[in-house]
Amino acid sequence: MHDNVRARLAKDTIFKGIVCLFAFVSLLPLFLILYYITRNGIAVINWEFLTSLPRPTGETGGGVFNAIVGTLVLIVLSGALSIPCGIAAGVYLAEHQAGKLGNAIRLSVVVLQGTPSIVIGIIAYLWIVGPLKTFSAFSGGIALAVMMLPVIVKTTEETLKLVPYHLKEASLALGVPYYRTMLKVVLPSGMSGILTGILLSVARITGETAPLLFTAFGNQFMNVNIFKPIDSLPYRIFYYAMSPYPEWHSFAWGASFILVVLTLSLNLVARGISAKWKIQY
Amino acid sequence: MENTVLTVKDFSASFGDHQILHDINLTIERNIVAALMGPSGCGKTTLIRCVNRMHELIPGAAVSGEMLLMNEDIYDMQPIILRRKIGMVFQKPNPFPTMSIYENVVAGYKLNGIKLPKSEMDGIVERSLKNAALWGEVKDNLHRKGTFLSGGQQQRLCIARALAMNPEIILFDEPTSALDPKSTAQIEDLFVELKKTVTMLLVTHNIAQAARVSDVTAFIYLGELVEFGPTEKMFTVPKDKRTEEYLTGKFG
Amino acid sequence: MTRSTPNIDRSERTFTVVLAISGGFIVLLLIGIMVTLFFNSLPAIREFGAGFFIGKTWNAAAETFGALPFLVGTLVTSFLALLISVPFSLAIALFLGEYYREGAVSGFLRSAVEVLAGIPSVIYGLWGLFLLMPAVRYIEMKLGVAPQGVGILTSSLILAIMIIPFAASIGREVITFVPGDLKEAAYSLGATRFEVVRNIVVPYARSGIIAGILLSLGRAIGETMAVTMLIGNSNFLPTSIFSPANTMASVIANEFAEATGVTSASLIYLALVLFFVTMLVNIAGTWVIQKLTVESSREVT
Repeated sequence: MHDNVRARLAKDTIFKGIVCLFAFVSLLPLFLILYYITRNGIAVINWEFLTSLPRPTGETGGGVFNAIVGTLVLIVLSGALSIPCGIAAGVYLAEHQAGKLGNAIRLSVVVLQGTPSIVIGIIAYLWIVGPLKTFSAFSGGIALAVMMLPVIVKTTEETLKLVPYHLKEASLALGVPYYRTMLKVVLPSGMSGILTGILLSVARITGETAPLLFTAFGNQFMNVNIFKPIDSLPYRIFYYAMSPYPEWHSFAWGASFILVVLTLSLNLVARGISAKWKIQY
Repeated sequence: MENTVLTVKDFSASFGDHQILHDINLTIERNIVAALMGPSGCGKTTLIRCVNRMHELIPGAAVSGEMLLMNEDIYDMQPIILRRKIGMVFQKPNPFPTMSIYENVVAGYKLNGIKLPKSEMDGIVERSLKNAALWGEVKDNLHRKGTFLSGGQQQRLCIARALAMNPEIILFDEPTSALDPKSTAQIEDLFVELKKTVTMLLVTHNIAQAARVSDVTAFIYLGELVEFGPTEKMFTVPKDKRTEEYLTGKFG
Repeated sequence: MTRSTPNIDRSERTFTVVLAISGGFIVLLLIGIMVTLFFNSLPAIREFGAGFFIGKTWNAAAETFGALPFLVGTLVTSFLALLISVPFSLAIALFLGEYYREGAVSGFLRSAVEVLAGIPSVIYGLWGLFLLMPAVRYIEMKLGVAPQGVGILTSSLILAIMIIPFAASIGREVITFVPGDLKEAAYSLGATRFEVVRNIVVPYARSGIIAGILLSLGRAIGETMAVTMLIGNSNFLPTSIFSPANTMASVIANEFAEATGVTSASLIYLALVLFFVTMLVNIAGTWVIQKLTVESSREVT
């Protein structure tokens, strides 16, 4: 009897040990990745790298300024395309818990969110690049907007569901029309959550490469015309990583460092907003 | 007739197949506190929510009969216009969490897009807060968020918000049920003061509260108006057996 | 007389219509995606039909397109990745959802997992090229296989790392749904924690854990960049886990930009298949999780 208890307790301890071990071993890749990015990235980052354009094959030096600008252009473009529609649809879902349209939208959001980014790239190609006959920042923005949309809809819905009904009642009882109640009372009350969702979706699309392969493409020159191909950090990393030149490999690390800093700070800001601006009801 | 603020004639209300109020008839005079009491689920809250047409926000809601505000049919008015003339204070204090105390008081103007000069706004804020007996406590913190106040203060802020619109009637839906005894007493004292300027409809399941603050009382039971009359009379010599049983705590 | 109560004013109706249009737009977007994929792959569907799925040859010059190598490549890499990742994601889920729900260590682990989830795919690919590829090449040399470094194993390893955070966060969530009183009942009978985990927690959360695995499978199937960079891009049927191969996503990424005519249609056909597979996997996974969430919230109240 005693031995049995001891065996059971031993098993218990061993299992717990295994859980802890596996949990922390799975962080090993993270540290290795961060270590590689930091070590290899910082080595190439300097003022020139940040502010100059890529040089042609054979010349040394150069930087990723166009890719940084391109990434920002793509973020602004996709945000402008997806945020209004995403918030509006999210408000609709929060206001219509049941109903056919609501369920159809919810299902579409789930499917869109799970759609592989490469498929969305093809769609943007077929819809925009084909008819316009050129790769363009615009088509890339469309592809990224399609990726942002479900995230924004979902976070808006989730956030607004938490806004207490009695706030809406308070406003309606003051004779405030429904649309003003939604815009001036309900939406502002959920603003921090919605903003967090937007930032997280931006962080998600900032690193996307697959949807840009046949849309924004890439551009070794500076471009801010949205109807021309545009460079981006993830595309530049891919391009440099697959090249045979060691210097370009190191540039890929440099660009990765910038990209990771960008996405991580977006994540941090998003978390900060949801913690600091949390509204007490 | 000139002294009548609210007239309810053969008024019924329902949700889908479920009838909540049956043929209610009553008239409310100016500058009084009218208590609506009854056990929970009797329809008293539905009745006041019909007065400012909040009842119909819930899908499946329907009403029949007549309700007049100063001889004007409530159900012929635009709900948003009507609601600006009728204030409402809810069970749970619900100041707007995104707004300061100042903004909360003038929320009825702000949210409706009514622009007033700053001096006039300041006047409204000060007067409303004074009438709600809150001015002294918050006058130095007008630009802080209303949600930092205590529960009782928040409820008085909500009263100030209703007062700011100069309503004919203020509807109170069990306004003290979420508050401690001290805050409750403060708000009950307030009713006596406010009577001078505004008519109040008070839903309560607290018999003692109805006795303390109201001039007239309506006892509603199972969606019917059982008895309606001066509070003193009803509490001393109830006409209906059911009223008597309710007042003596036989049910409720 | 019943009074018709116009229970919404006009502004409400207009506003709601605008909202509904935005929502409806999302539904239309999805339908548009399906229709576009279908019509643009029609030439390939007409040409190859269902034989597309069993054809072993993908040759643009000969205009012969069979998707079997990519179907196999996708399935093998994804399942291998699942196999590798499940012990780790389950461990993280148990650690955060059962053993250490609060505290600095679990806070650290949770943040670290979030960071892992936030790293872009292309950076995983880059890292894989410079760390995993040499490592796999070393193993291959020891085993006496052609030391290419890239291939199914390398891709599966990187995929496993990428889906761990995803599966772990779903697992953690469903494990926290396990009612405390059930566990307490078992403890009061003298069970050890391990016995509670094995006999109460895991069985209770089983369907949720499976859903999490399903959803991460959806992720793995659709994952493009890291795989494209590490799989070796070979259009032949893989013969071992060290073979270079291609997944549906990676062959599209490699060939679509230059494709025309029936090649392009065949790639879009692949995209259509990819779309439907991930759609089914996602709907199934989400459905299970939703059901579980509803049930657990019902138990609380």
